[in-house]
Amino acid sequence: MRVRRLAAWTALPLAVTLGLAACGSGGDGGSGGSDSSAVSIQIAEPKHLVPTNTTETSGSQVIAGLFSPLVDYDAQNKPYEVAAESVTSTDNKVWTIKLKDGYTFHNGEKVTSQSYINAWNYGAYAPNGQDTNPFFEKIAGFADLQGKAPKAKELSGLKKVDDLTFTVTLSEPYIDFRTTLGYNAFFPMPDAAFSAPGVLKDSYEQAPIGQGPFKMKGTWQHDSKIDVERYDAFPGEKPKVKNVEFRIYQQLTAAYADVLADNLDVLPTIPTESLSTAPSDLGDRYKTSPMSSFQFLAFPTFDKDYSSPDVRKAISMAIDRDEITKSVFKGSQTSARSFVSPVLPGYREDTTGTAGEFNPTEAKKLYQAAGGPSKIVISYNGDGGHKDWVDATVNQLKTNLGVDAVGSAEPKFADLLTKVENKTPVGAFRMGWVMDYPTMEDYLGPLYSTNGASNYYGYSNPDFDRLVKEGSAAKTQDEAIAKYQQAEDILAKDMPVIPLRFGENVFGHSSKVKNVEMDLFQRVNLVKIEAAN
Amino acid sequence: MFRYILRRLLQMVLAFFGTTLIVYALTFAGQGDPIQALAGERPVTPAQRAYLTEKYHLDATGVGGFFYRYFDYVKNLLQGNLGESLTGRNIGDILQQAWPVTVRLALIALAVAIIFGVTAGVLAGIRRASIFDNSTLVLTLLVLGIPTIVLAPLAQYFLGVKWQLFPPTAGSDPTFYALLLPGIVLGSLSLATALRLTRASVAENLRADYVRTARSKGLVKRRIVIVHVLRNSLIPVVTFLGVELGNLMSGAIITEGVFNIPGVGFNLFRGIRTEDGPLVVGIVSVLVVVYLVSNLVVDVLYAVLDPRIRYE
Repeated sequence: MRVRRLAAWTALPLAVTLGLAACGSGGDGGSGGSDSSAVSIQIAEPKHLVPTNTTETSGSQVIAGLFSPLVDYDAQNKPYEVAAESVTSTDNKVWTIKLKDGYTFHNGEKVTSQSYINAWNYGAYAPNGQDTNPFFEKIAGFADLQGKAPKAKELSGLKKVDDLTFTVTLSEPYIDFRTTLGYNAFFPMPDAAFSAPGVLKDSYEQAPIGQGPFKMKGTWQHDSKIDVERYDAFPGEKPKVKNVEFRIYQQLTAAYADVLADNLDVLPTIPTESLSTAPSDLGDRYKTSPMSSFQFLAFPTFDKDYSSPDVRKAISMAIDRDEITKSVFKGSQTSARSFVSPVLPGYREDTTGTAGEFNPTEAKKLYQAAGGPSKIVISYNGDGGHKDWVDATVNQLKTNLGVDAVGSAEPKFADLLTKVENKTPVGAFRMGWVMDYPTMEDYLGPLYSTNGASNYYGYSNPDFDRLVKEGSAAKTQDEAIAKYQQAEDILAKDMPVIPLRFGENVFGHSSKVKNVEMDLFQRVNLVKIEAAN
Repeated sequence: MFRYILRRLLQMVLAFFGTTLIVYALTFAGQGDPIQALAGERPVTPAQRAYLTEKYHLDATGVGGFFYRYFDYVKNLLQGNLGESLTGRNIGDILQQAWPVTVRLALIALAVAIIFGVTAGVLAGIRRASIFDNSTLVLTLLVLGIPTIVLAPLAQYFLGVKWQLFPPTAGSDPTFYALLLPGIVLGSLSLATALRLTRASVAENLRADYVRTARSKGLVKRRIVIVHVLRNSLIPVVTFLGVELGNLMSGAIITEGVFNIPGVGFNLFRGIRTEDGPLVVGIVSVLVVVYLVSNLVVDVLYAVLDPRIRYE
């Protein structure tokens, strides 16, 4: 009996310890529904919230509320000044940026040209490991900030003229520089963000201080939410809602259930599983709008099986894009027959010409004449929901070309890229692209130039490289676009990749909000959105 | 008894370091390109790659590199520092935030399993072959047959969205009520197993000699069932539930995902998906401790339930 008592007394504290840990947190889980002008928007856990370190959609959605860009894009996706008074240049090499007066950071600090220079230097300095580092590469002196022990800490191309004016000298003329300034890498940061010149405070990222329409309310609650409230001293267009809660979801399906139950206001991406039922579930609260994503099929052009442009064209002609967008994507994506997104100034329809048209008989003839491989493999990453359309494509190729075709899944996109970089034969492989700012160059440069950051397929054409270079060095926008279009024509001849689909924002909202608009970067417009009633 | 517990605790230290070594080795071996995995489909910039490689010693490869990184990890661990995840967050902070909500969820699930599973099991065991017994058999078979990945979204859709009885998701700092539905879903599987175990055990013990003796002594039925049968029938159930507590905490990946609860299961899933070695090892290390402690509690509870079991 004694032993049993003793055992009970020992078991009890152990059990209590386990139980106590359970009582750690409590409090309210409500989203403050009493304030009628509060809206909630779904995001995923952002990776970073420092403007120079944010490249994914969720982080960019949040800092788009906290900061105001130098330029934004109008309905034609052409840039216009917002926080800047003017962005001008006579030679497209030395740019003068004048700031609008009256902008203050959320801590009351005045926004000056130095706020921009400090932030950009921080982003360009390689040892800081900032994700947007390459966006500063066109600014003079960028090379001196690279490597493990850079020569300089500041870009020589940035010069303060007065409190509201600074000049940016580029290493070579670049016509689209004004357009790039809408990207979040070019936001300013206040002095309060730095503990010493060039050293960012650790705490800054937990509650970023910007100069935008909203300011942080509390700090970033990881995996839970980020609350922001209207910044009343903001001189630009005032938002209609007072509070925005960016609620962090791990799965889109969970967020979708919350939208249906009016528990969440905006879901920027309807999950694939729910695409077929969403129009009837949500009625007129189911919306679509253009965005910049571009899905394509890339070929290892160094592999002799796929080195002939005719083989690639034949494969392209054997794919019925419209059928796949309809049956697999339920119309949430559209067929692509050009190499750049339709949202861009300078986009032309059907630049792929006949190679983009579905024509099984011609495809088969061309394929046999060009001596295409008897087995086509399409590799994709298994974690991205690509299986359905790859299977459909493979079946079309089998039927239309009379060859053996299979889809081959790699666990992750990283695994696929590693194989491609090591030139392991993976066959054709899927790729995607979203733009950082609306210029044709943002597609042509990284995707198809010989040294393009995302050119994993070894495509190289000196004429193409020259035209893109000439385009970005052009004197006027029209001249630049003409050069870019000539470059695109070369792509149509060489067909280094097969354009497949352009994406759309497919989003939904609750019955508690109205005027929900989304931009080309998959971000909800926080100024326009309003509470219903 | 004290010596027994002390011995078990010492064994736990050994088991803890053994498992971290194994888990660390596994994540190390399985690691492809964590930097690219972190960036998703974007091209990784050379500056970012160099920065992360240096910060996390990703260039230390091979056997030598493995032990270098493992001992570095253990050294930090002994100083109470679990390290940083690849996104630069302190893993200690992540765990501190993730554990409470997962533990609350697991305890609700466990309570559901005990209250409904054990009670129904005892009733079914006493009234063997009755309508109640047969209908619980069918129900539990049904629950055991439906995987959580189906059950959770169905429960969410009907109870959360359609009839709006419960909030469809719980969030990171939920009320007890918001956690009830996920807890029931999570606990339903354990409930079914606990019910079957209790029923079998009770049914068997009802035919034991000591029950016949008690009955012939003229004891009332309620006392026989509660004092004699139930206590002896609980040993297999307690074993099961003890181990199940660990399972409920680590195995809630699906439930936590469906109901948007950023607990341990989700962080583990994210760590594996983004090849975040330090995060995976940190979570698994704590899970190991949970298993070890809950097993110890179960073993000690044996002695409480059955006087014949003694530990020296």
